[in-house]
Amino acid sequence: MKEILQKYEPVIGLEIHAQMKTKTKAFCRCSTEFNAPSNSNVCPVCLGHPGVLPVLNEELVNFILKMGLATNCKIKERSIFARKNYFYPDLSKGYQITQFETPICYGGYLDIELKDDTKRKIGITRIHMEEDAGKSIHDFSDDESLIDFNRCGVPLIEIVSEPDIRTIEEATTYLNKVKQLLVYLEINDGNMEEGSLRCDANISIRKKGEEKFGTRTEIKNLNSFRNVADALEAEFNRQYEVIESGDKVYYTTMTYDATLKKTSPLRSKEEAHDYRYFPEPDLVYVEVNENKLESIKNELPELPEEKKLRFKKDYLLPDYDINILVQDKELSNFYEQVTSNLATKNEKTFKTSSNIILSEVLRVLNDEKIDLKNLKLKPVNISELIGFVSRNEINNNTAKDVFNEMFTTGKNASEIIKEKNLIQVSDDNLIIEIINKIILENKSEADRYKSGESKLKGVLVGKIMKESKGKANPQKVNELLDKLIEN
Amino acid sequence: MIQNRNLNEIQKELNSGKLLLVDAVKYYLDKISSQKHLNVFISVFENDALTRAEEIQKKINSGTAGKLAGLVISVKDVITIKDKLHTCGSKILSNYTSVYNATVIERLISEDAIIIGKVNCDEFAMGSSNENSYFGAVLNPVDNSRVPGGSSGGSAVSVAADMCMVSLGSETGGSIRQPASFCGITGLKATYGRISRFGLTAFASSFDSIGIFGKNDYDIAAVLEVISGEDEYDSTSAKEKVPEFTVETGNNIKPGEIIFGYAKEYFEDGLNEEIKNGILKKIEFLKNKGFEVKEISLPHSKYVIQTYYILTSAEASSNLARYDGVRFGFKSENHSNLEEMYVNTRSEGFGAEVKRRIMLGTYVLSSGYYDAYYKKGQKMRRKITEDFENAFKEVDYIISPTTPTTAFKLGEKNDDPLAMYLNDIYTASVNLAAIPAISVPAGNDSNGLPFGIQIMGKKFDEAGLLKVSKLFI
Repeated sequence: MKEILQKYEPVIGLEIHAQMKTKTKAFCRCSTEFNAPSNSNVCPVCLGHPGVLPVLNEELVNFILKMGLATNCKIKERSIFARKNYFYPDLSKGYQITQFETPICYGGYLDIELKDDTKRKIGITRIHMEEDAGKSIHDFSDDESLIDFNRCGVPLIEIVSEPDIRTIEEATTYLNKVKQLLVYLEINDGNMEEGSLRCDANISIRKKGEEKFGTRTEIKNLNSFRNVADALEAEFNRQYEVIESGDKVYYTTMTYDATLKKTSPLRSKEEAHDYRYFPEPDLVYVEVNENKLESIKNELPELPEEKKLRFKKDYLLPDYDINILVQDKELSNFYEQVTSNLATKNEKTFKTSSNIILSEVLRVLNDEKIDLKNLKLKPVNISELIGFVSRNEINNNTAKDVFNEMFTTGKNASEIIKEKNLIQVSDDNLIIEIINKIILENKSEADRYKSGESKLKGVLVGKIMKESKGKANPQKVNELLDKLIEN
Repeated sequence: MIQNRNLNEIQKELNSGKLLLVDAVKYYLDKISSQKHLNVFISVFENDALTRAEEIQKKINSGTAGKLAGLVISVKDVITIKDKLHTCGSKILSNYTSVYNATVIERLISEDAIIIGKVNCDEFAMGSSNENSYFGAVLNPVDNSRVPGGSSGGSAVSVAADMCMVSLGSETGGSIRQPASFCGITGLKATYGRISRFGLTAFASSFDSIGIFGKNDYDIAAVLEVISGEDEYDSTSAKEKVPEFTVETGNNIKPGEIIFGYAKEYFEDGLNEEIKNGILKKIEFLKNKGFEVKEISLPHSKYVIQTYYILTSAEASSNLARYDGVRFGFKSENHSNLEEMYVNTRSEGFGAEVKRRIMLGTYVLSSGYYDAYYKKGQKMRRKITEDFENAFKEVDYIISPTTPTTAFKLGEKNDDPLAMYLNDIYTASVNLAAIPAISVPAGNDSNGLPFGIQIMGKKFDEAGLLKVSKLFI
């Protein structure tokens, strides 16, 4: 790929479909609950029975306006719905209600930051409302398919980017940013694997330095970050080979096979759909006036960029910590709950809190494959633990051990520290006693350290700490060892 | 006994005990069973109607009955009634039972109307003769060799042949007014949005209206008053306040209060001479009574039929996509894969006229043709609407013939869809402009066949139309 990239560059645009967490469906009052028994969240409206009419869910309008404002979009005062006509068994009405000519949000952008700290602005062409189709189940038997209509009519928003994306890293970074905003706004659960967030990728390639875009293809239904990245790479390579062999790329809808790591056409040109869009006559204009927009603005929660600034100001954390914490809304909330319960609040305890979360909490979540919300340890338990560190009663290493003990046993930090007698020894006399003992027992190492072999200090400190069963205050050990060696 | 009495008179007799509701229902049931040859009803709710009659009689006796107690009504088989067969005159829904009540049905029931059955119609309300029904043609009661008009032919005949007092029909381009004209009764199409469409099987959503057939203005006013008004299940229903139509229509219109107009374009080629003279006589009659009647122009009238068929077929092609054999209704046994199931279900399930409109509609929405047909059609719809807006600056009501001919022979126009489509020439403009109109009996031709006069009004002026209609009776 690297060699090709010196000659060609990809031009990428993403279409992201996000299921909205509204309580009811887009055009009827059925529940949107995810795990309900098949065909239990259905009614004549979403099943497309004769005579039914759609009625727009106002909550959906509120949700999309939030996303529109968060992505710097302009908002259309009057937008309309359209019908996208095609036959498929899980599409109950034979058409999908969507927005076509006049999306409610348009002309926005997002700033993304890449690994090398460069920033890119990705334009957002439009964000519009539409309804999801049902789910076909084909693997039930050889000659029959089943359909679950629970999802039919569940509201989606489609976020369409400009073809501003030039690398795969930009594509996944942008996708991640969109996901992050959706989750922050509490309008989508950000779950690509369960299909509540789906991505179609448009890609064309052109010679470096060329102004004109090539012919694009569209890769449908990518359901993970990994697949987005891999499919784009596969399609980039495919288009490169097509062009290098003197052929032309034609507009095609592609599908990506993650096992073969290959893209292939979803349907031939003859089978290309003509969706016969036309304005949906059963719905009236969606009107958004100043008052409505103002009240949505007031409802907007704190978004990641603002939160980063506030974390820097309030917690004096390094950017590295902030980026990881804020990336995940739940994690940043967890952090704030830990710090709000701290007895002593200062730069040091804020940083210790961050350290514990970034190293210990994230590690157990990862090891145990659980979500933060399923973690039994509560923020207040961690605050208590950090209290011991900040009072110099235990050191950082002991804190890690105590954390693990807390996680496995569910006991409080104070219980564990008391039971195991882990309060750190800061009494000079006791520490001096141990140091003297270790110097006597390790005469040659002590002498070599004294004569300038500084790396031996670590060995000695280690032995002292071990002798103290880890309880000696390491800072004191360091100071006193040097003093005693001098003498 | 009850023939030719309006609801007000019947309610007086019911209240005084001179008439029992169950006898009224039996009267209509007898009429239905003795005139089966007219092929009007697809379902008759004999037991339901008799049971309801008993229940409502008790309410009448205790003085707690609803506004429509005493009213016996039939319903075109495109409007849903819970747990009842709902065929839309089509094979594709011939085995389908609705699972919910249309809003109009809910409102009728809650005011104690008795629904006596569901009546025949052209398949999915597409047609002008009621010959396009999977359940066979309906016959005109005046002359059984002739059509009753369509698509609400069953509704018109059920009222004309005294099988019920009023009937709910629907229209997209004249399907109430034209059969009312052919059968010699009154038919009202309300302003688009006045009556909720929830439960009305869609043909062309931006045109479809539920309307009412009756023999007098009072019955129509009484039903209109109950079924009109905003509905949370229909976003396109109008918020407009609903007047007390029964009270309003009690007042008479006097010369000097209103100005009539007639559009010269509606009296040109193609109009039967006898009807033309009949309507011109009505104009003279109005003038003699002292009303001002002005000639006006609706300059885009010659584009009405084309515009109407392009736009309604486009919407129909999409509205009828849901009949695919997957979830309900007829499904062809003859298939071995998905595509065959679709093709055979729809080929076997739909009749010729419905297929014709689906194909036409699919074509005009296709990429490459959308701008030339659908978009242009929408522009023309705006022009036609503006014609009416301009005309209504000068006049309050526009009168015209309802149809260019009287009822034609069964089979006469079956091979000539274009001739059939011209039936809508005076009525479809009203649906394009979303205004209300009424057809009132205006006389008979030399064969004794009735024809109607059409009165078109401003949006939401149904009360005025009903008042004006009384001038012609």
